[in-house]
Amino acid sequence: MTAVTPAPPSTAVRPAPAGAVPPGRPAGRSRLRTLAGFAFGAALLFAVAPLVLSDFRLALLAKYLCVAMVAVGIGIAWGRGGMLTLGQGVFFGLGGYAMAMHLKLAAAGPGGMPDFMQLYGQLDELPLWWRPFASPWFALPATVLLPMAVAFGLGSLVFRRRVRGAYFAILSQALAAAMVILLIGQQGTTGGTNGLTDIKGFFGYDLYDPVNQRMVYFIIAGTLLALLALTRQLIHSRYGELLVAVRDGEERVRFLGYDPASVKLVAYVVAAGMAGLAGALFVPAVGIISPALIGIVPSIEFVIGVAVGGRATLLGPVLGAVAVAWARTALSERFPGTWTYLQGLLFVVVVAFLPGGLASLWALARRRDVAAQPLWRGRLSLGRRRAERTEVPAA
Amino acid sequence: MSGERLDGLSVRDVRVSFDGFTAVDGVSLEVPAGDIRFLIGPNGAGKTTLVDAITGLVRATGSVRFGDEELLGRPVHRISRLGIGRTFQTSTVFEELSVLQNLDIAAGARRSWATLVRRRRGVPDEIAAALETIGLAERAADLAGTLAHGQKQWLEIGMLLVQDARLLLLDEPVAGMSHEERDATGALLELVSRDRTVVVIEHDMDFLRRFARSVTVLHGGRVLSEGTVAQVQADPRVQEVYLGHPVDAGSARTGLEA
Repeated sequence: MTAVTPAPPSTAVRPAPAGAVPPGRPAGRSRLRTLAGFAFGAALLFAVAPLVLSDFRLALLAKYLCVAMVAVGIGIAWGRGGMLTLGQGVFFGLGGYAMAMHLKLAAAGPGGMPDFMQLYGQLDELPLWWRPFASPWFALPATVLLPMAVAFGLGSLVFRRRVRGAYFAILSQALAAAMVILLIGQQGTTGGTNGLTDIKGFFGYDLYDPVNQRMVYFIIAGTLLALLALTRQLIHSRYGELLVAVRDGEERVRFLGYDPASVKLVAYVVAAGMAGLAGALFVPAVGIISPALIGIVPSIEFVIGVAVGGRATLLGPVLGAVAVAWARTALSERFPGTWTYLQGLLFVVVVAFLPGGLASLWALARRRDVAAQPLWRGRLSLGRRRAERTEVPAA
Repeated sequence: MSGERLDGLSVRDVRVSFDGFTAVDGVSLEVPAGDIRFLIGPNGAGKTTLVDAITGLVRATGSVRFGDEELLGRPVHRISRLGIGRTFQTSTVFEELSVLQNLDIAAGARRSWATLVRRRRGVPDEIAAALETIGLAERAADLAGTLAHGQKQWLEIGMLLVQDARLLLLDEPVAGMSHEERDATGALLELVSRDRTVVVIEHDMDFLRRFARSVTVLHGGRVLSEGTVAQVQADPRVQEVYLGHPVDAGSARTGLEA
C-alpha cells in the first residue's frame, strides 16, 4: 500500500539560496534609543513641565497623565490584543473609589465616619465593606488588585465563551453603565451622584498646599514612566508577539496549542490594573471621584485618546490621551459647547483615514515596530509604498 | 528533527452531523505511521469536515486515535499539544508578524509564563532548522504578509514542524501554486514525512500521482475507495463518482481533476 519514495534532494525546497538568519532587531542600539527616550521623557515631565507651567496647569497635567495611564492599558488590551474595552472607567473607578474611601476615612480619624454619611444621616455606623479601607495596607493594594480581580473574573467568563469584537465592546460598556447605576443607587454609602468629594489630605499631607500638589504630580509622572517601561517590556516579549498573533488569528493560535482565552485574559487584567492605579492617583490630583468621571462617556473618551494617538504603539496612547485631554480643556475654555462635536469628528476622521493613529505618521518615517504597521497598511497610498519596501530584508 | 516516535492515525466510525445533515457518515480509516495519505473526493464529500473532527473544531462521535491517545472530546489546543498540526485552505499565517516571529510562536505552546514575558534572544536551533527546510531563511525578518502565496504555505508547514507536530493535516497545500512551487512542496512533504505522518486533502491529481503514498476517496461522507494511487484510479466506483461512468485509467487523468 505504501509506495517507496526516494529521498528528495533537500535543496529542491529552497527557492532562495540558504543564508544566515538576519537578526530580529539590533538590540544594543534599540536599548540605547529607549534609554534616551525615557531620559527625554523624564526631563520633560520632571524638569521642563514644573518650570514652565503654573500650579494650575501642572495640576491639569497631572490629571491628564492619569488618563494617559489608562490609555497605556487600553493600548495593550485593544491595540495589541484587539479587545476594544469601552468600559475602562469601571477599573479606573474601582481604583479611584478605593483610594478615596481610604482618604475619607483617614480624614475622619479613627472610628469616624466620612462627612457625607453624617450628612445624609441614614447610617449609625460605618458600613462593613468600608471598614478594611481604613487601613492603607488594605486600601493601597486594593486600588490595583481589586480592578484586576474584577477583570479576571469577567475576562474568564467572557473570553472562554469566545465573546469578542463588538459584543465584547458592548458588554464592557454595559459594565460601566451598571457600575454607575450601582454607585448612584447606593447614595448613603457611596456618595451617589456627588461621589466622594472634598478630599483634602493625602497620607498626612495637605493637598491644598501647592508643594504637596507638586509632589502628587511627581508621583504620577514617575508612575506613568514606570508603566511605560513595563509595557515596553511586555510588548517586546514573546508574550507580546503572541498577543498580536491572538489579535490577528485567534483560531490559528488555538491550533498551535495555545489557549487564546488565557493570553487575552492577561492583557485585559494588566490593563485593568493600570486603570485602577490611574484612578487611585487621580483622586489626590483632582480631589474627587464621582460616577460622572467613570461612566460610559469617560470610558469612551479614554478610547478616543488611544485611537488618536495610535493604539498599537507604545507612546501613541500616552500622547493621544494627553493631547485630547489638553485640547478639550483649551477648546472648552474658548468655545464652550463645541468640544463634544469636535471630539466626535476627530474620532471619525482618525478611524476612517488614519486607523493607526497619529503614531503611524511617525512610523511612516521610521518603521521600527512591526506590529504597529498593519493597522493602516493598504489604506493610504503611502502605506502601500512602505509595505513594498518591506520586501527588502531589513538591514 | 522531531526525534520522537512515529505514530499512526486511526479513525473509527466517525460521524459528524450539522442540524440533521450528516457531513461525515461513519468514516473509518487507518493511516500508518510515516504515510503520506491523500484524501480526495468531490466537493461536499466530507474531507475538510473529517479533518475538523480530528482536530477538535467540530463535534464528532466515534473514535480517533493518534498513537495511544484518543482525540475526540478534547479541546482544540489540547489536541494540538498531542502533536496534531493542521493548515487551512486559506493561508492563516500571522501577516503582521515576521516570519521568525510566526515560527517562534508556533514553537512556543509549551513555554512557561516566565519564558513568555522575556524577549526572544537570537534564533532557537529548531527554528533555524525549520527556516532552512522551508527555504525562508533569507526572509526571516520580513513580515509574513509580504511573502508570496506559496511561501506562506511553506511557512505554515514550517510552523507545524517547529510546533513538533507528528501528524500533519494539510488542507489543499498546493492550491494556487506554480509548478515549481508544487514540486518544492511535494519534496518538502517527502522530507517531513520521514519522521512524521502526513494527511493531505488535495484536488490536484497530478500532485497526488507524484507524491501520494496512499489514497482514501471520500464520497457523501463515506469512504468510497482506498489503496495506492493505481488501485484507486482503477476502481470503477471512483471513476463513476468523478465522471458519472466507468472509464479506463488513461482518460481519467484529466477527468479526475474536475
